[in-house]
Order: sequence, then structure tokens, then C-alpha cells
Amino acid sequence: MQQVSITHMQPLTTIRRARMLPVRGQVHVRKHQKISAADIVASGYAGNEHLLLDVRRILNIRKAEQLEGALQCKPGDRIQKDDALAESGGMFRRVLRSPVEGQIVTITAAGILIEIQNQLLEVFAGIAGTVIEVIPERGAILEAEGALLQGVWGNGKANQGMLLAATLSPEEALGRETLNMSMRGAVLLGGRCEDADALKIGADLPLRGLILGSMTADLVATAQSVNYPVIVLDGFGTFPMNAQGYKILVNNEKRDACLNASPWDPFTGEKPEVVIPLPASGEATAEVGEWRPGKVARITTMPLLGKIGVVVDVPSAAQTLPNGIRTSTALVRLENNEQIFVPLANLDMLE
Amino acid sequence: MATSIVDAQSILAIDLGSVHTRALLFDVVEGQYRFIGSGIAASTANAPFRDIGEGFFRAVLNLQEKLGRTLIKDDRLILPSREDNAGVDRLVAAYTAGPELRIVTAGLLTDVSLQSIQRLAGTVSGQVAESLSLGDRRRPEARIDAVLQAKPDLIIFGGGTEGGAGRSVFKLAELLILVCRILPQEQRPHILYTGNQALARKIQEALSKWTTVHIAPNVRPGIDQEDISPAQEVLAELVTDFRKKQLGGMQTLADQCSAVPLPVSHAMGRMVRFLSRAYDPQKSVLGIDIGSQGVILAAAQDGRLNLAVAPYGLGSSARRLTEPALIEEINRWLTIYTPPELLRDYLWQKSLYPASIPGSAETLAIEQAMAKVILRRSFLQAKAENPDLGEVFEPILAGGSIFNQAPTAGEALMMLLDGLQPVGVSTVILDKHSLLAALGAAAEVNPLLPVQALESSAFLNLGTVICPYSPARYGAPILNVRVEYEKGNESRMEIRQGTFTVLPLKNGQTVRLHLEPLRKTVVDPTGQRSANSFKITGGLCGAVIDARGRPVPLPKDAARRRDVLKKWKQVLSG
Repeated sequence: MQQVSITHMQPLTTIRRARMLPVRGQVHVRKHQKISAADIVASGYAGNEHLLLDVRRILNIRKAEQLEGALQCKPGDRIQKDDALAESGGMFRRVLRSPVEGQIVTITAAGILIEIQNQLLEVFAGIAGTVIEVIPERGAILEAEGALLQGVWGNGKANQGMLLAATLSPEEALGRETLNMSMRGAVLLGGRCEDADALKIGADLPLRGLILGSMTADLVATAQSVNYPVIVLDGFGTFPMNAQGYKILVNNEKRDACLNASPWDPFTGEKPEVVIPLPASGEATAEVGEWRPGKVARITTMPLLGKIGVVVDVPSAAQTLPNGIRTSTALVRLENNEQIFVPLANLDMLE
Repeated sequence: MATSIVDAQSILAIDLGSVHTRALLFDVVEGQYRFIGSGIAASTANAPFRDIGEGFFRAVLNLQEKLGRTLIKDDRLILPSREDNAGVDRLVAAYTAGPELRIVTAGLLTDVSLQSIQRLAGTVSGQVAESLSLGDRRRPEARIDAVLQAKPDLIIFGGGTEGGAGRSVFKLAELLILVCRILPQEQRPHILYTGNQALARKIQEALSKWTTVHIAPNVRPGIDQEDISPAQEVLAELVTDFRKKQLGGMQTLADQCSAVPLPVSHAMGRMVRFLSRAYDPQKSVLGIDIGSQGVILAAAQDGRLNLAVAPYGLGSSARRLTEPALIEEINRWLTIYTPPELLRDYLWQKSLYPASIPGSAETLAIEQAMAKVILRRSFLQAKAENPDLGEVFEPILAGGSIFNQAPTAGEALMMLLDGLQPVGVSTVILDKHSLLAALGAAAEVNPLLPVQALESSAFLNLGTVICPYSPARYGAPILNVRVEYEKGNESRMEIRQGTFTVLPLKNGQTVRLHLEPLRKTVVDPTGQRSANSFKITGGLCGAVIDARGRPVPLPKDAARRRDVLKKWKQVLSG
């Protein structure tokens, strides 16, 4: 039987995560240090803007070999605004000053290339735990104990706050009328959402995060625009949150929840995650498993999208579905005790 | 290179898809190469495995179980084969696995060199994230930042006809050097130079200090002359080099292969070009493959290949179909009422779980409608970019799980007819086992194999389709048809504009058709069948006369449209 990847819905586990800068920078933690989710692990300047100064043209340097003598900076130099970069010789000296603060990347015949370091990048721990390894100039590997819930979609933001259930059941929709001032600064749990205004009001409160079972796809742009993390646990549409995830979240209401709403990258395996630090030790989780009786499965496509059940049997022979497609299936007992054959390709293993 | 059966007998071809890995075995049976069988496993290119080796091993194991032939020992492929016939003699591979390539193109003139470079970039599965040209009015640093923001895996750049521009090309090269100097070594894009060859050596010297540089022949040797085929080969090598570094297990697999693994688009293109030399030089051979990330269209006429990979797929790229116009187009092909919001949710969900399959009649209808729109959109786009793509295709070879999983052959044919809307007379063939790319990859090792394997029954003939074009109004008679059977008996029918008719031929049954076009109806736009009397062979769906018109007119009223679509489907499904 082929191994498949596991989506984690764990009430208590050991979590190990790398927190790294995409550029070189400074690491602010040390090995064995205890950290909280809001701690900055590493920071650095991202130069997403550059400036190319054509020194020869500006200083009227005609010969390329004269350039070296005129330079007053070298690659790697950090520079402040108005720092002298080059100076022409002769009776009427002219000085080229930097119009920006930044770092010299390179100096070529084309000119001086400056990285404008105007964007400070900070990598937050995202989980409360211990630093187990420091990666110089880049970040650290962190370990934590707690509940772990992995989602299928995230809006790229991260934050943490006290977890509050905004809806009374996994079926209930989160709407504008659900939100009130008592939820300010909280991480909210909602069954499903199809109301863009609810997301916008969440930004005004402001919320520190939102965990949904499902969300309609027309809310994607709004969810990406809000300033707090939004994590969708099960998928797109209007269906209830999976019962296992909902139960874990409700049981941890009023605890701190750390949300890292990174978009799901199937190649690297990075998924949006909710981590709820707990004062207990859990086992490390497996990343892959095999379909066999007893495994918990979540259906990933319509019309039973988001339903979970327990695998009863995995027939070795392919089955013909009611629509005529022939494929490998598993017999799954749903929560209402109904047993149905579901294509293995449409099941996600939860653990 | 082996050219005889003695040199290389059994060949295992691996198709590394983004969703599945297939192992396809070819061997000699009674002196002829035959397709023996295939094994399949889920792809392991992505996390948590990040190593294609596991999927490869599982696919071969699956093949071994199906055939009862030993292929693996001690968790390794037996290569070369042993005296007891265990193992295989040669291994070849084609791939689409891996994250979508991000490509930056750079040329001098937008509608000259850059256009050819864009066309070259369009032959591999990837996204052109940024383009630079002389006409670009942005400041140099803004262009540098745009390239950095595009996060390219690959930069294709060129310009200058042979003996033409030099200075402007070097200026572009300087800009790319600056980009490379900014990026850390591990993030520097591979560069393909495909411009004025007089500058190639200097360009390579300058750029190779910073990154991997490949040189390809000029895609635009003259201002009015384009030749992207030689550069396509180099691009394929470059992409393979990149994937070897990016995908776990790819280098190990490549080391075992008898030829360099190829992108599926190139392997397929090679086979389609080969077939075009064997078929009617007045018509194009068309190969299509709908995958998870994109659709490959390879059309070749008399050895001239037009290859395009459009970024519309049925899996991870399904969310690209969520533009309102495309949602509306999908809805127009749906046989079951589906609210647009539900359709949008379905497409997003499908992007999250590209390996999922339609589990109900409703979701099957959605995916079949998606396939029609993907085919239509990609075909029209490819035709707009490559006017030489051809009008009439013979044969049309189609691959992809949406066709292979279709519950009936009629549904597969219906998707192709509605999506491609071919004209003239074509044989439609289903590549049920995704053999086309495998044969293209194997052709380099043994050119005899594709020839003989194609003649075997590994491909399924869905049927001959006759698509007359007529300016006549709906319901007017446009064609008188006389079917002459082998035993001498005959049947006659009148075809009216707007109809969709099946000639109930058995699979493999040959008949002679005598067509009498009425009211300025044209059966074959190439004029090849001027006699309008020719033999056809029935396929799984018999033969079809598609007189619905082009483009296929669909009723505006939604309920009536769904009824019409169901009726057409019913005609083919029996």
C-alpha cells in the first residue's frame, strides 16, 4: 500500500518548525532559549528596490579606467543618504552622493548598484517553545508542545491571541452580526464564512486571527487584504468545519493560539497552521501513513466535502462509482454511521 | 544509438507526472515491439517525500504485480535484464513533475525576437512572469527589480539577427549580470541565450561567471525568419538540468536512463513530428494532453512542429479558470445546473487537491465542462500565436486522465469534439496509457520502438469524425451520405445543418463513404477529398458526422442549452 501524506489535527503533539529569513540578517535567539509566539527569531533588511547610479555619466568620467580612482565606496558598504560615493578629479571636482540609505551591491561599468534597504523583515516564532538549533544569519529551529491543526489555505499573515469561539457549532456561519467588541484582539473560531463584510469588520475590531472550516472562494481577495491571519482548515464552499478540528479548538478556548497562515506549498510541504501551546508533552507526529482500517479520513471533494469518517475497509480491487468512473476506493464510516465507498484520491488522512 | 531489436529489447519508460508516476513497459513479441503494460503510483515529487524515487519504485512495483514479471530486486530496478528475463534493458523518462517553472523572457524588439522567445518559452510547462525588451521604458533599476520580483528559475534571452545587433544584446546581458550579482548563488536563474550567434561566446563568458548558461541557436536568424526547433532541444536539456537539481531523486533516475529525461511536452512533440512524416503532408497531426498544471498541444505537418503548453490544467492550475468569463464558459457546457459560486468553490478546491477525481455525476459534469473550456481556450490561443498550427488534423491523439477515466468512450469523444471543434475528416485516437510521451522519450534510444509500438493496439480508436462546414441555415439539408459496406450492401442518409449523427460502425469495421455536399457545404477544407468518396474505419464510437456548425452554436436559454447538450451526449453514449 502506498504511503500518503498526513494532515495534522492533533490535540497534543511535539512540533518542530524552522523559522528562517529569506535574506541574510541577524538572529535574535540562542540555543535552548524559551520563546513565545510573538518573539522575533531573526530580522534583516529586504532590498526589494534598487538604484543604479551611472557614475561615469554623472561625473563625466570618459575613460573606464578612471572610474576606479574616483570611487569612494566598495561593494558591501552600508551607506547613508548623502554619503559620498565617488568624486571626479581635476579643478572642478564633482561629488556623487547617495540619494538613499542602503547597501552597495556591486560596481560595474553600468554604474553603482545600491540595494535600498527600506523593508525590515522580522520572522516571528509563531509558536511558544524552545530554540533547538540556530542557523547563523538566517533563523532557528524551534520545538514546542501543544495542539496542532493544519489548514488548506492561508492568507500569508501570522499572529497570536486568545482563542474565542465565535460560533456555537461547526455548521454555523460567521457573519457581520456575529462579531462584537468583546472579540477585539482575539483569535476567532468560526464554522464557515460567506460574508466579506465579516472579514472587513474583523480588521476594524481588530482581530488577531480567524480560523474557519470553510470559506467561499469569492472571499479570497478580501481575506488576502485583511491585516490579520485567516486560516481555512477544510476547503472552499459552505460546509461545516471537520468535527475533529472543531473539537480540539473548542476544548482550547481561551488559550493562546498562534496562527501562521502561510499559503499551502505542496512542493515544500509548508501549510497554514494553528498551534496552541500546552504545558504537557506530546509525541512527534508522523508525516506519512498508509490507508488501512481505523484511519481517520476527510473527504476533499463535493458533495461530501469536509465530512470525516473512519476507514472500515480498503478493497484491493478497483470499484465502479455511481458516475461510472472506475478507481481504487476505501469504505468509510461517516459520523452518522453511514458507510460509503470514497475514491482514495478524494481522501485526506487526518492524524 | 541502438537501432535494432538485438541492441535494445525491453524498454521501461517512466512518465513522471505532477499527480501520478507511470511505468510503461515495451518489449519484443514475435519480432515486433509491443506495449506490454503499465504500472501507476502517486507522484512523490512533493512534500513530505520530496523524492521522485519512491513514486518511481511504486509504479514499477505496481507494473511487476500486474505482469507477474520480476522487475525489481532488493528494492532496485533490475537493469540491464537478466537471462531469466527479469528486469529491463533500457530505461527512459519524461516528466512534468515539479513546481511550475517561473520564466523571464528578454529580447530586443517586442514583435520580433521577444515574440519568438515567448513562443520558445511556451513550449515548456511554466509561467512567463516578466518580459524585457528594448521598448521597455522603465529605468534599468526598475527592470532589475521587476526581474527579481518575478523570482525566475529560468531566463531566456536573445535578440539580434545573425550578423545583426550586438550592443543592445550586451546591454541586456549586463542587466542580467546585475540581477545575478544581487541574488545569492542558490537563487540565481539558469540562463538560455538564443540570439545572435556571433555574440554567443562573449555572452557565455560573461554570464557563466555568475550562473549556468546554455547557448542555443538563434530563434530569429533573420528579421522575417523564425526557427525555434533547435533552441527547443537546448531548452529541454536546460529544464532537465534545472529539475535534476530541484527534484529529489531526479539525478539518480537520470543516471540510470539511456537518454536524457525530457519534459513531456518535448517528448510528445518529438512523436507528433515523427507521425506527421508518416501521415498526409496536407494535414497536421495533433497531439493533446490535459494535465494537472497545463495542456500540451503539439501539431505537426510534414515534419514541421508547433508546440505549445497552455497554463490551464485540471488540477493545481484549476483556479486559473475562476475568471468570470471562464466560469461563464464552463457553465455554458454544463449538462447539470450548477450555480457559478459553487463552480468557483469547486475550482479552488480542485487546485488544493489536484489528484482528486469526480465522485458524483455533478462533479464529473463539471470536470468534463472544464476540459472542453481548457481545450477550446488553449487551442484558440495556440492558433492565434501560431497561425501555422493547421486547420485539419489527421489523426487527433488525446491523452490525460479526464479522457482515460471517462466512463464511456463517447464522453471522451464528446469532450474532444466540443473542445477542439475540428473541421474536415479526422480520426480521433485515445492515448489511454499516456504512451505518446513515453514513445518520444524512447525514440532516442531505439527509433524502431515507436514505429512498431504505434501499430499495436495500445491506442484506442474512438472513431472517425466528419465535420462539414456549411453556410446553410439550421435544419437545411447539407449532405447526402451513402455508406457502402464491405459486403456490398448500402445505407443512405441526409444530414441537416445543426445535427449530430453517429454512423453505427463496429470498432475496426471499414466502410466506404460517398458524400454529396449540398448548399456550398465543404467537407474537407484542404480540398484533399474532392472526390468526396473515401474509406473510413469505425472506432469505439463508430463514426460521427458533426454538422452542428463552427463554432458549435449553443442555445442562449440555459434550460434548452442543457437539453441540447444532453441530447448530443446521448447520441454518442447510445
